[in-house]
Amino acid sequence: MSENRGAAVRYESVQKSYDGENLVVKDLNLDIARGEFLTMLGPSGSGKTTCLMMLAGFEPATHGEIFLNDRPINNVPPHKRGIGMVFQNYALFPHMSVAENLAFPLQVRGMDKSEQQAKVKRALEMVELGTFGSRRPAQLSGGQQQRVAVARALVFDPELVLMDEPLGALDKQLREQMQYEIKHIHDNLGVTIVYVTHDQTEALTMSDRVAVFNDGVIQQLSSPDALYESPQNSFVAQFIGENNKLNGRVTAVDGSECVVEVPGGISLKADAVNISGVGSKTTLSLRPERVELQPEKEMDNMIDGKVEELIYLGDHIRVRMNVAGNREFVVKVRNRGERRQIAEGDTVKIGWAASDCKALDAVA
Amino acid sequence: MSSTSTDHMDAPSDGIMRAADGTPLKKSLARALRREKLRSFLLILPLLAFIILSFLMPIADMLFRSVENGIVKETIPQTVALLKTWDPTTGEAPGEEVFAAFHEDFVKAYKDKSHTRLGLRLNYDEPGMSGLFRKTGRKVAKMEPPYKDAFIKVDKDWGKVETWAVIKRASPVLTDGYFLSALDAKRTSNGIEMLPEKERIYLFLFKRTMILSIVITVSCLLLGYPIAYLLANLPLRTSNMLMILVLLPFWTSLLVRTSAWKVLLQQQGVINDFLVWIGVIDDANRLIMINNQTGTIIAMTHILLPFMILPLFSVMKTISPSYVRAAKSLGANDWTAFWRVYFPQSVPGIGAGAILVFILSIGYYITPELVGGTSGIFISNRIAYHISTSLNWGLAAALGTILLALVMLLFYVYDKIVGIDNVKLG
Ligand SMILES: Nc1ncnc2c1ncn2[C@@H]1O[C@H](COP(=O)(O)OP(=O)(O)OP(=O)(O)O)[C@@H](O)[C@H]1O
Ligand SMILES: [Mg+2]
Repeated sequence: MSENRGAAVRYESVQKSYDGENLVVKDLNLDIARGEFLTMLGPSGSGKTTCLMMLAGFEPATHGEIFLNDRPINNVPPHKRGIGMVFQNYALFPHMSVAENLAFPLQVRGMDKSEQQAKVKRALEMVELGTFGSRRPAQLSGGQQQRVAVARALVFDPELVLMDEPLGALDKQLREQMQYEIKHIHDNLGVTIVYVTHDQTEALTMSDRVAVFNDGVIQQLSSPDALYESPQNSFVAQFIGENNKLNGRVTAVDGSECVVEVPGGISLKADAVNISGVGSKTTLSLRPERVELQPEKEMDNMIDGKVEELIYLGDHIRVRMNVAGNREFVVKVRNRGERRQIAEGDTVKIGWAASDCKALDAVA
Repeated sequence: MSSTSTDHMDAPSDGIMRAADGTPLKKSLARALRREKLRSFLLILPLLAFIILSFLMPIADMLFRSVENGIVKETIPQTVALLKTWDPTTGEAPGEEVFAAFHEDFVKAYKDKSHTRLGLRLNYDEPGMSGLFRKTGRKVAKMEPPYKDAFIKVDKDWGKVETWAVIKRASPVLTDGYFLSALDAKRTSNGIEMLPEKERIYLFLFKRTMILSIVITVSCLLLGYPIAYLLANLPLRTSNMLMILVLLPFWTSLLVRTSAWKVLLQQQGVINDFLVWIGVIDDANRLIMINNQTGTIIAMTHILLPFMILPLFSVMKTISPSYVRAAKSLGANDWTAFWRVYFPQSVPGIGAGAILVFILSIGYYITPELVGGTSGIFISNRIAYHISTSLNWGLAAALGTILLALVMLLFYVYDKIVGIDNVKLG
């Protein structure tokens, strides 16, 4: 029935409603390849956890089917799915020692004692907690608990591991270190990982592919660089990285390029990504670092802007400008050492290439 | 003290930290805290006074009453003094000297009628003493010396060694007699002896109180655990509604609820009628569910159930559902996930609930009195009897003290086995 065989996980037209009135997940179709690191990224309440819970078996899908290795699993209870899971609060059993926590999945599988011990030892060494086996979870730091949770989800060699905001409770430095370690484990073991986060940096640095969720719908599913370089709609452009938007109306379309008129009667050339023809409204999306301040050579788009605010950030300077009626227009200027003669209140020329400016669906 | 008194901020030579004015830091801190301490003390003072008056002092009084025995020495002081030198093992009653003193004491006692109280007291040790004292009292004023013969003329018992041995044994100001009676034993001339099998009641009642309390605690646990689990895992609105139902019994008086059980459980009651009607039992064999242990167990379980459910609920409420989910994702089936992961975390609630129910039940009195009949009454009913009917407060106090000791012993054992830290009320 599935034309795309070989996927580790496959959501087929999955819908989910908790109350029978609102769809929390709307028609989800998603293939996850074996060994892939896929991240579900999205704002709070967008349905990420719900998707994960349906996969783990803790929430039934209201409609549609989920496949695990091409086997439909809607009627398979959670404990028979063989999916490892790391919870946001770790859910380490407080009444068991670290070693007992790790041995738990092996015990319930009826593995014999000596094999259990060997596996637990190996898993603890993998997360560099070799000597912590006899401690209780409460006697570990947040980062150590997190590692134990990862080790526990991996100790029974699942092919698929789900992680729901596993680093949410850690401070920035520890989070970066753990991101690296999880990625490292993924590369070494070759397991499939489905990872949920609402931290976009985390999503971009760790994943093979990122699924951006909003309002129960995947807005875009692509590699991290494609997500940043070529967002498919305004939501993704806004959500991933920093973004300038200019609202306008399409006046001409020429293949993949189009011309958009923005307030002030200015016509700008842009990449036609997501517009519905001449005369339609559109929102232009432009990364702050792709804008040249006082360009030396001719560019596709050249307009005037008034400098509103200068913020010195060391390696770069943020220039907030008023451009075509948008007072939040930001330009990032690399700090090359030469003193630029601009001051707040100046009107200066800025320019950018048509290919860096995406014409997307209109937002208010 | 450092020689330069101005540089007191520097580490002084005597190693004591000092405040800016030179007083030791500890002292000035204590002074600063004293006001605060005084204030909090004043705040708890009314409660403290109340507890001392209504709780600690009655307990102390009870402990004292269980061994207090001034009455013999106060009523017949000269006799008691002379009896000290008399040795019952000689097998001879005391001499004329003792009888003379006894007569003098008795005449005084007869005037203020305290001889009947003494008789009553001695009757606890030896049945018949009360009657002997009353009978003698009527004739004591007209007695002529020699008093020994005069007393024996009134009653032959005065000539017996055993009578005087009882008085001598009861003379000390402190007695273990009440405790011995409370344990179905008594002191005879051959030392401490257990009462004959047929007369023993208190040990048996203690045992029954314990066993029934355990049965009640276990039934509360079996009935309460699933309810508490349900309440803790339902959405808040529904669980609040159900919680009101759990607390509903508190809205009606204990007596009303207990009497309701009488209506339900009696042989011509609702439950029997129903069972006969659906044909489970026939009319001649109606079940006896009231005025026996069954009645006590059913009614007490009902009354104490909320005390099990509430601590269980508040502990279960803190167990995150993600633990069970984690267990299932790790391959545990529903039962294993419950038994290995959920249940151990609910044990503190079980501990708190069980202790609460057990201790309440061990001292319960109204319900067993009303629905327990004779086979379902507790030791506390006996205590109440001795306080209000037989007026043997010493024995009541001894029974109460033993009950208190028993509860404390159980606490201790519980602490050793489960650990008192493992008790959580929420
Ligand atoms: N058990 C539930 N009952 C009813 N509604 C729920 C339940 N769980 C989630 N929802 C609703 O479903 C929607 C999606 O929730 P979900 O937990 O999947 O979001 P999320 O993307 O994981 O958000 P976050 O980043 O905050 O974790 C939310 O609007 C939420 O209110
Ligand atoms: Mg979530």
